[in-house]
Amino acid sequence: MHMKWKTEDGGWSPYLAGSLVGLLAIASVYATTEWMGATNYLGASTTFVRAAGMLERTVVPEHVTANEYFTKEKVRVDWQFMLVLGIFFGALISSVTDRSFKLERLPPVWEQRFGPSLTKRAMGAILGGMIAMIGVRMADGCPSGHGLSGIMQLSVSGLSAMTMFFGVGVLVAVLVYGRRAS
Amino acid sequence: MSIDQGLGLMTGILFGFLLQKGRVLRFERQVGAMLLKDMTILKFMLSAILVGMVGITLLTDSGMAALRHKPMNLGAVVLGGALFGAGWAVMGYCPGTSIGALGEGRWHAVFAVVGMLMGAALYAELYPFFQTTVLAWKDFGKIGVPETLGISAWVIIPMFWVGIILLFRWFEKKGL
Repeated sequence: MHMKWKTEDGGWSPYLAGSLVGLLAIASVYATTEWMGATNYLGASTTFVRAAGMLERTVVPEHVTANEYFTKEKVRVDWQFMLVLGIFFGALISSVTDRSFKLERLPPVWEQRFGPSLTKRAMGAILGGMIAMIGVRMADGCPSGHGLSGIMQLSVSGLSAMTMFFGVGVLVAVLVYGRRAS
Repeated sequence: MSIDQGLGLMTGILFGFLLQKGRVLRFERQVGAMLLKDMTILKFMLSAILVGMVGITLLTDSGMAALRHKPMNLGAVVLGGALFGAGWAVMGYCPGTSIGALGEGRWHAVFAVVGMLMGAALYAELYPFFQTTVLAWKDFGKIGVPETLGISAWVIIPMFWVGIILLFRWFEKKGL
């Protein structure tokens, strides 16, 4: 196996960057247990529930207070909320410093398949995003929470969920983009 | 900012930095994996898992941290997993990478974020219905592979490593 630590565009080998995420996950499990009194695993999707609750609260506060799911997940800026915000800043710092930051109007693969219409992309992404988020909240985790954290713990749910995510993802991607794309 | 929030922010910055360096935030990488043409995200995720599972099992075995399995709720994982897979293919991002993609300038990811916020709000409304249907079908509880199979994690982990390294070699041979 020929291993290169840098990719052609100045990125790092996915084996290297991924292994470092593994170390980060270990450090994070240790640090959250030590400093927060409870073990927390990397995840992202619950933050979307909390953010939706916060937005809704500005319009219909009583409705959010009365909602069982928002009460269960607690609408507040917690550890994971800040982690998700951090992802934005980390990606910004990395991409600006290695000059891979690029303002992009449409993903090239999407444009190849569906043309230059921004409205079409907006509709596809919003519809896909809605379905995906209903799915991850039902499954109780996303590729971070189930895929990374769940499989690292050898959870039956993590392995099963990631298999479903990817298996159905492959089927739908082939249907939507066709085998010739990308 | 509380300790919790500060720790979350620092962890997130490092996570986002590494996601970007691994070049896994991009739409074409995620869709490329689902078209079985570019396995970058699988290499990245599986490398993280190989390293992470060793340290996490050491920490939890020695009582320095706790396992927190998510419930193996059959309907939830199968139907929810399928819905996510379908949405993921069209959207081209998962929740964490959509935020990272915004950070590296791919501003069209904002539509994915808006869709996911709408989906979260909708799920909160539908939750009572799901609780009496999909979520009520069959729950095996918070289970791990070792106790389910009756095999030590220290036997499963080396097998996992061998399997994944063989898979990596195959990816490299095929140029995926």
